[in-house]
Amino acid sequence: MNMIDKNIAALAEADTAATKEDAAPHVTFRKVQKTYDGENLIVRDLNLDIRRGEFLTLLGPSGSGKTTCLMMLAGFETPTSGEIRLGDRVINKLPPHKRNIGMVFQNYALFPHMTVRENLKFPLAVRKLPAAEIDKKVDRALNMVQLGVYGERYPQQLSGGQQQRIALARALVFDPELVLMDEPLGALDKQLREHMQMEIKHIQRELGITVVFVTHDQSEALTMSDRIAVFNQGVIQQLADPATLYEKPANNFVANFIGENNALAGIVESVDGDYCHLRLDNKARVQAVMGNPLKKGDKAVLSVRPECVQLNVQSLGCANRLGGYVTEITYLGDHLRVRVELAGRKEIVVKAPAAQHKHRFDLGDAIHVGINPEQLRALDPALGA
Amino acid sequence: MSKLSATMPAALASENTVSLKRQLGRAERMKKLKYGALIAPLAIFLLLTFVWPISALLKRSVDNPEVIGALPATSALLSDWNGENAPDALVFAAFAREMGEIKGTPVLAGAAKRLNMEQPGFRSLMMKTARAMPPAEGVSPRDALIEADERWADPATWRFLARNATPYTGRYLLASVDRTYDEQGQIVRAGDDQAIYVDVLKRTFGMSAIVTAFCLLLGFPLAYLMATQPPKIANTLMIFVLLPFWTSVLVRVAAWIVLLQTQGLVNQALMALGVTDHPLQLVFNSTGVYIAMVHILLPFMILPMYSVMKGISPTYMRAALSLGCPPFKSFWKIYFPQALPGVSAGALLVFILCMGYYITPALLGSPKEQMASYFVAFYTNQTINWGMAAALSAILFVATLILYMVYTRLTGQQDAASKAR
Repeated sequence: MNMIDKNIAALAEADTAATKEDAAPHVTFRKVQKTYDGENLIVRDLNLDIRRGEFLTLLGPSGSGKTTCLMMLAGFETPTSGEIRLGDRVINKLPPHKRNIGMVFQNYALFPHMTVRENLKFPLAVRKLPAAEIDKKVDRALNMVQLGVYGERYPQQLSGGQQQRIALARALVFDPELVLMDEPLGALDKQLREHMQMEIKHIQRELGITVVFVTHDQSEALTMSDRIAVFNQGVIQQLADPATLYEKPANNFVANFIGENNALAGIVESVDGDYCHLRLDNKARVQAVMGNPLKKGDKAVLSVRPECVQLNVQSLGCANRLGGYVTEITYLGDHLRVRVELAGRKEIVVKAPAAQHKHRFDLGDAIHVGINPEQLRALDPALGA
Repeated sequence: MSKLSATMPAALASENTVSLKRQLGRAERMKKLKYGALIAPLAIFLLLTFVWPISALLKRSVDNPEVIGALPATSALLSDWNGENAPDALVFAAFAREMGEIKGTPVLAGAAKRLNMEQPGFRSLMMKTARAMPPAEGVSPRDALIEADERWADPATWRFLARNATPYTGRYLLASVDRTYDEQGQIVRAGDDQAIYVDVLKRTFGMSAIVTAFCLLLGFPLAYLMATQPPKIANTLMIFVLLPFWTSVLVRVAAWIVLLQTQGLVNQALMALGVTDHPLQLVFNSTGVYIAMVHILLPFMILPMYSVMKGISPTYMRAALSLGCPPFKSFWKIYFPQALPGVSAGALLVFILCMGYYITPALLGSPKEQMASYFVAFYTNQTINWGMAAALSAILFVATLILYMVYTRLTGQQDAASKAR
């Protein structure tokens, strides 16, 4: 627990240092805790700065506390302790309707007894804007989501994707300070979801608004986000941009949660600067980059992405070479998924470019796999569990 | 050849569609027969126990068989009579003959009673006349009738008889709204001693409206609470709502009498608390009727509201709040319109049940609280006046139908708005 805190604190420091030129953070969580029953903390000691104009995703499995965080920010839940600031205002006790935060809900929550236009007018009418201005803003919002002709329809008459866009337009129409999205694309089919991901991203860039997006879909998070906060068990495991998150996961949980991961257990034999030597369970020795601080004799989990594992000839130049047998080959068009059994019943999944490796080997063939030390990360198995 | 190849597919196609349609028709027919057979027992049951009795009762409200049944030939002749001059000898002859035939039978008594209802004194006229019939040998029926009672010389008497010798009459329905026919057969206001039904109907609607309003005021918050609580609490609340529902209405009414009487628990409690220094009259007046009826009908209000409210996702309220709408306004603008179908269904149900309420006002109210159904019971059980009982029922029935149509129109618009796809 302490270790991870230090780790996160270090990361957070690095982040703030990198963005010193930015003005004060848009939203700040400071030592925020939340419990529903007085025993289990749903959110534990949350510290998070959200920058103005960024697309921040809260990513994590269900029950990890990401939605609770969003609800606290929206004002539907109050933190048990700690402080949430919007700009320079503490908003812990501010009721939701005074926060001026737009929100897109999982099931859209478009008011079924109002037309699309009335739905969009609603937040503006509540703010008592003049009628002409309301009409102008509603038209602009409808055009922004390319649904200008659907104003007089009722939400039920629209498809899921159209409802989604109206929900987005409604959350934006009153120029909120901040827009929150709670798994808004979960109900859409894959193709539409991917399309909407890009559309939301474009609108966010164009308007320069701050978006806090909650999802459990890691590919969605990677596609859309400027930064991603990975949640598990009420704690942010890592807060970083998508590339860092994927390439340099801060711990075993992040490595497994984001993208596909091969995990091999081993023991540290020696430490050499950023690198260390380890002995795997099957006695093989490998060199890896240290993802977490480890010392001699520590247990470690080695993490390597399937596309970073080289096969046969390509493995020749790698510092770590291991022998094994092909147990499964799946053809996926652009690449092959090859399952290799290493000595000691260890398995490793390899993504190999189909063009290079098609028909080069068969099930049961002996094969060499190679991993470069810089792509093999030694992580502390105790962290992020 | 080319012609052949061009027409062949078309011919084939049309032949195919015909047989396809036939096949479809056959398949559908079997399905329809099967469904029909499945619902037939229920349909027959409803027909026998619901449609037929109601239509028979409605017919009773306009039925007028007594006079025409007793004096068929006279009635037929009178229907052709112009009604201005004295009727001709044929009418007198037929009347005298028929009066002689029914002398001393219940048919005469029925007709006499029926006529007496409308014109007091007509029973004795009929009885007296019948006793003098048939006329003695050689005396003309006309002379014999005028001999029996000189009123038979007056065309007005015959006009009255003619008016009541029709197979159907609007008399009962008119009487239920305090109207009647005058001498000339025009519809006029009934005399003050008979004009009580408009007040009864007004009272019926008024009391129903008040009970519905109280049920709504008490039921809405509870239904909302149940719909928003976790299932465990909601189920417990539901049991409390349903518990009295499972007890006989009669038992509940009796229990209220015990509780509300002058020396009852409620009065004792009120006096012990110092709210009042003398027992309040809580029962056998309108207070008792309202308390018991609201209590009995509350579940009918709560259940439809609860079922609708349960389907309203709490995210709507959250969405309204996040859009900047204050809590109460959000509730009113977003939640309430969505709950409205349940509210109107509950209100309609309570109102309709109220209109037909008999036992509670009968046991807990004074004569001033009696509603329309009390008079229906009065006419069926005590005076055996089926016509009036049926007419009052018909008015309640029509009022219910109108209410129901208003309801479907209101909710129909809502549905069209929200369900149009």
